[in-house]
Amino acid sequence: MPKSIEELQAICKRVRREIIEMTGAAKSGHPGGSLSAVEILVELYFDYMRIDPKNPKWPDRDRFILSKGHAAPVLYAVMAEAGFADTPIGQLNTLRKLGSVYQGHPDVRFIPSLEASTGSLGEGLSLALGMGLGARLDGRSCRTYVMLGDGESQEGQVWEAAMAGAFHKVDNVAVIVDYNGIQLDGFVKDIMEIAPVADKWRAFGWHAIEIDGHDLPAIQKALRLAQATKGRPTCIVAHTIKGKGISFMENNPKFHGTAPSPAEVALALQELK
Amino acid sequence: MPIKTKFEVKLGAATREAFGRTLVELGRENKDIVVCDADLSKSTMTTYFAKEFPDRFFSIGIAEANMVGIGAGLASAGKIPFVSSFSAFVMNKGFEQLRVCAAYPKVNLKVVGTHSGISIGEDGPSQMSVEETALACSLVGFVVLSPADEAATKALVRLAAAHVGPVFIRTGRVKVPIVYSADQKFEIGKAIQVVEGSDVAIIANGLLVAQAILASETLASEGISARVIDMHTVKPLDREAIRRAAAETGAIVVAEEHLVDGGLGVRVAQVVAETAPCPMEFVGIHDTYAESGQPEELLEKYGLVARDVAAAVRKVVARKR
Repeated sequence: MPKSIEELQAICKRVRREIIEMTGAAKSGHPGGSLSAVEILVELYFDYMRIDPKNPKWPDRDRFILSKGHAAPVLYAVMAEAGFADTPIGQLNTLRKLGSVYQGHPDVRFIPSLEASTGSLGEGLSLALGMGLGARLDGRSCRTYVMLGDGESQEGQVWEAAMAGAFHKVDNVAVIVDYNGIQLDGFVKDIMEIAPVADKWRAFGWHAIEIDGHDLPAIQKALRLAQATKGRPTCIVAHTIKGKGISFMENNPKFHGTAPSPAEVALALQELK
Repeated sequence: MPIKTKFEVKLGAATREAFGRTLVELGRENKDIVVCDADLSKSTMTTYFAKEFPDRFFSIGIAEANMVGIGAGLASAGKIPFVSSFSAFVMNKGFEQLRVCAAYPKVNLKVVGTHSGISIGEDGPSQMSVEETALACSLVGFVVLSPADEAATKALVRLAAAHVGPVFIRTGRVKVPIVYSADQKFEIGKAIQVVEGSDVAIIANGLLVAQAILASETLASEGISARVIDMHTVKPLDREAIRRAAAETGAIVVAEEHLVDGGLGVRVAQVVAETAPCPMEFVGIHDTYAESGQPEELLEKYGLVARDVAAAVRKVVARKR
């Protein structure tokens, strides 16, 4: 069911609150890179992807792989909001606790509706290519989306896969790079510069688009462009803000891998009213 | 059941060749069989499959990590992917991906390493895989197979395809002595007793099965009755066959073309320790990298021929009280 921009924005706000609450309750986790990806995941799960949360293993469904698996909180919140049976919304605050389905990084053993277990960076695009090639062999029109982190782009396997994706013309796969400019140790440009990102993907034979990753219509337009592009896969370089939506978390490397304190949770929830 | 009384060394196909041929048969029977290779298809023998089924063969280039990931993705899409390269490359360079993308989510991926052990010969240690049994067995949920000859490889590759879950198969470059008739039955996790014996048991796999049989014949002429067991499945081990061998013979030699650290030997020793402790000796590669040379020269120099198996048996028998 297509949603209005207002409805999608309302979901984004709820998802942001859930990310803050669940990482706050867990006292650990990765809020910054979860908050930067909210609009992209909400657009995918509530507007663009062909999925049926009531029938999560529908063979013709579109697939999403969170290659930057540490941003699990945003994926859990979005899947819970979307109503998958194995991502109960009432249990989000059990994140990272013993016995919780909400493991520190996405784990298909606990949530079968996930498409992949991730957490070791650099691997998601290879998995997506396998899924895309399999779908093509079966004549299915489904598409596979994979979100990479910008720091993750420092992994060599990403570029092995980029080469293979163009070579095998896997145009039913699209990459979305969450380009928030910050990784664990600091700013990406200071740890290992990856720019120019879009040019790199173009040089590897991909169609590349650059967008504002918090602009819902722009995300939707980019996804349409990707789908319309045949003979080569598309990489959407989404410029985002780490910690987006909470003033003291935005562009703050501290919140890559640190949960907000109880006081910070309260402040953040005030801002997200 | 004993299948040999007088072993005559007759060379059959290399196990990699048997793998390549069997893959084509499987491809004809099941359209879901797909294959990935990392620029070694002419050596791993997946080239036969590539020629007959070009649409179901994916050339990944020299990028083993990516190949394992793509294979795992194909498995998630419902395919039965075989990914293949030299053991040294697919296991070592793909290990992280085998762990996180295949073992951890338990996907239906089949990994075939060729050119295992030091018997690849002239190419030398950078291409020789002497640690992949240890690595493969450390992958949770993997089945690990090490066939002795052509018939064993054909049967085990078929069983791997039928098994639901990740499998690693270890194959070699050189032609190997025929151990089995074409109609020999195999079962994953069920060892085969190829020679009866009561004084000592030799547990071997891969190339060393034929050497163990040869050794058992030399030993018979010395009055030592040596049982030979082909432990083609390294994981899950046939614990009952090991317990029985230890309890009934009271001495065990394990022989493999692999580092003794973390190989079949230590896995068998664990079961012996847990069930029926007895003296053991180990034939394998001892904490060294080999060198270039002809396969037979290397096996001889690094202690992996019948002579070495027989010497280990004499030693372990002398340790029996």
